[in-house]
Amino acid sequence: MIMHIEELDEIRQKVEAEDAAYEEVISVCTGTACIAVGSDKLLEGIKGEIAKCGLDRCKAKGVGCKGLCSRGPLVGLDKKGELYEGLAPDEAEAFVKAISEKKSYEARLADANSHFFTKQKKIVLENSGVIDPENIEEYIARGGYEGLLKAITEMSQSGVVEEVRNSGLRGRGGGGYPTGLKWQTVAKSSGSQKYVICNGDEGDPGAFMDRSVMEADPHRVIEGMAIAGYAIGADTGYLYVRAEYPLAVKMLKKAIKDAEKCGLLGKNIAGTNFSFHVEVRLGAGAFVCGEETALIASIEGKRGMPRPRPPFPAMKGLFGKPTLINNVESFANIAPIIRHGASYLNSIGTEKSKGTKVFALTGNIVNAGIIEVPMGMSLREIIFDIGGGIASGEAFKAVQTGGPSGGCIPAEHLDLPVDYDSLISIGSMMGSGGMIVMDERSNMVDVARFFMEFCMSESCGKCVPCRVGTVQMYNLLGKIIDGKADGCDMDRLEKLCYTVKNTSLCGLGQSAPNPILSTMKFFRSEYMAFEACER
Amino acid sequence: MFAKPEVPSDPRYKALDRAMKKLGYSKSSLIESLHAAQEAFGFLDDEPMKFVAASLRLPLSKVYGVATFYHYFTLKPSGEHTCVVCTGTACYIKGANKIVDGVCKKYKIKAGETTKDGKLSLLTARCIGCCGIAPAAVFDGEVLGTLDEEKTLNKIEGLLK
Repeated sequence: MIMHIEELDEIRQKVEAEDAAYEEVISVCTGTACIAVGSDKLLEGIKGEIAKCGLDRCKAKGVGCKGLCSRGPLVGLDKKGELYEGLAPDEAEAFVKAISEKKSYEARLADANSHFFTKQKKIVLENSGVIDPENIEEYIARGGYEGLLKAITEMSQSGVVEEVRNSGLRGRGGGGYPTGLKWQTVAKSSGSQKYVICNGDEGDPGAFMDRSVMEADPHRVIEGMAIAGYAIGADTGYLYVRAEYPLAVKMLKKAIKDAEKCGLLGKNIAGTNFSFHVEVRLGAGAFVCGEETALIASIEGKRGMPRPRPPFPAMKGLFGKPTLINNVESFANIAPIIRHGASYLNSIGTEKSKGTKVFALTGNIVNAGIIEVPMGMSLREIIFDIGGGIASGEAFKAVQTGGPSGGCIPAEHLDLPVDYDSLISIGSMMGSGGMIVMDERSNMVDVARFFMEFCMSESCGKCVPCRVGTVQMYNLLGKIIDGKADGCDMDRLEKLCYTVKNTSLCGLGQSAPNPILSTMKFFRSEYMAFEACER
Repeated sequence: MFAKPEVPSDPRYKALDRAMKKLGYSKSSLIESLHAAQEAFGFLDDEPMKFVAASLRLPLSKVYGVATFYHYFTLKPSGEHTCVVCTGTACYIKGANKIVDGVCKKYKIKAGETTKDGKLSLLTARCIGCCGIAPAAVFDGEVLGTLDEEKTLNKIEGLLK
């Protein structure tokens, strides 16, 4: 089957006509968090009630994550523009009755004007919670695969790279390396066989943005990979996903199959010379595999251990061939850039950080879930306006960003704009986008030890500073917490932090001391409090 | 000359062999093959690992090295029921440790162990990505959120009945 832009247009018109025939489309969130509170039963219930009432003018469908995970199950009335929260499965009857009477079901109606919705800016998540992720036609109806066809039929390979460069997109996996520059390097590498890898090994505890995107809008990721394949001259892509995300794996596999059936993946896409295949590879629960050289080793079927760079994967990557690795959210940004042009992204954000960032906002916060905001928004706006403030009613103490590689940011820095460089300037980092809010009840030394325990057990053991250093740092923290530390232990800990930071082989070890260093810097009194106990 | 090992008549080996065949018995498909083995057998026993090693023409030491490197693979059979408590950051600051301690105390096992009667395995996970409803746990594949010690113990009691 050969698909051109005209055919995409026909599909869009068909879907729109079908939707127009319905008076109401009820979209029930079937993301993992909503299913945990019964949204799958709710969807069945609503479908059953619609059939029972003979309400042919209504359609009910399951969609991906709608974002406000702490208030599930979430249900949207797409035409009326209403959102309902906490709708229990046994309320299906009353809910459908209200719809049939053209009334709102007041008891569960969410406030659509709340900052949680109005302050967000959605590019990556534009389809999440709106389309049925298992239906390729719904993706196409919202402009899906237009970017890919535009790239391969109207643009040169270097033109695509140029567009991505001009957009100012930086790697969303945490490092913030300019995406266009990475593409250019791989494009210029010599060799007939090249690979594209999508890093979906979201291992940071407290981060689930990528899972959400893969579950709610899998085609967007695949389209981004295919565009990258065209730009750099690769015909094969690997999507490396955590085995702990079975729903994401299922959605991606289905999406690849459907795209192949429609001729949007596979041989000679749109009748051009460009062919692209995507395969899913499962991770197996090793945090270090988020590091690109470890990830490559894992796809090759080996223990996920990093190797020294250079040579960088752009020169010598998977099976020794030039390889482009980007993370899920980076790829999810590509299709809109090609479809609307570079200015679509670079008109948003700050001078050095363009576009939006998706965050998993969790911890002791009222509105926990997935959000997308323009770069440069302040932490205060994110936590207190969008997040609705602290759930427990206690005072805000710190927000942790960047997972085990990041740091804890205290109240005095709440007005900091969130972008790559500002976060690094105060000893944290953007990371992949986990944002965990803590109140007065959390002890920062304990939090530092929590992350150190994580790094200690996730260290692959290849280099000494990380393998041995993380254990020693963990033990020293334990000594401090148990009140057994002497005056020198704080100095020892601090020195060790810098040794591990400066001498480890890969990002895991280099950033492992960050949680300690940032809590020492901003919450030193808490370390001292333990020492005082001993005296 | 390399000879592919004979496939035992056990249907689980047949499923495993099909999965490996699909990937062309390539050495780089080791992790996928181990996933298939664990899915078929429930855990990675010695014999299936030997079978994978022979089929992919890899030394058993290498297969064992990979199987023990990754947390997702388990070399021990799990209990009849499993309770996986998430100990990711969001769950941790909302008291996941108290939940783990509570289960450990009541069933006299440590995290990662199975009760003597083989009825219950208690596991912990790094992050199951349900931070919005923390603390969360997975009971026999079913995710539940906003838990505390009491709710968790009640749920387990229900499973064991």
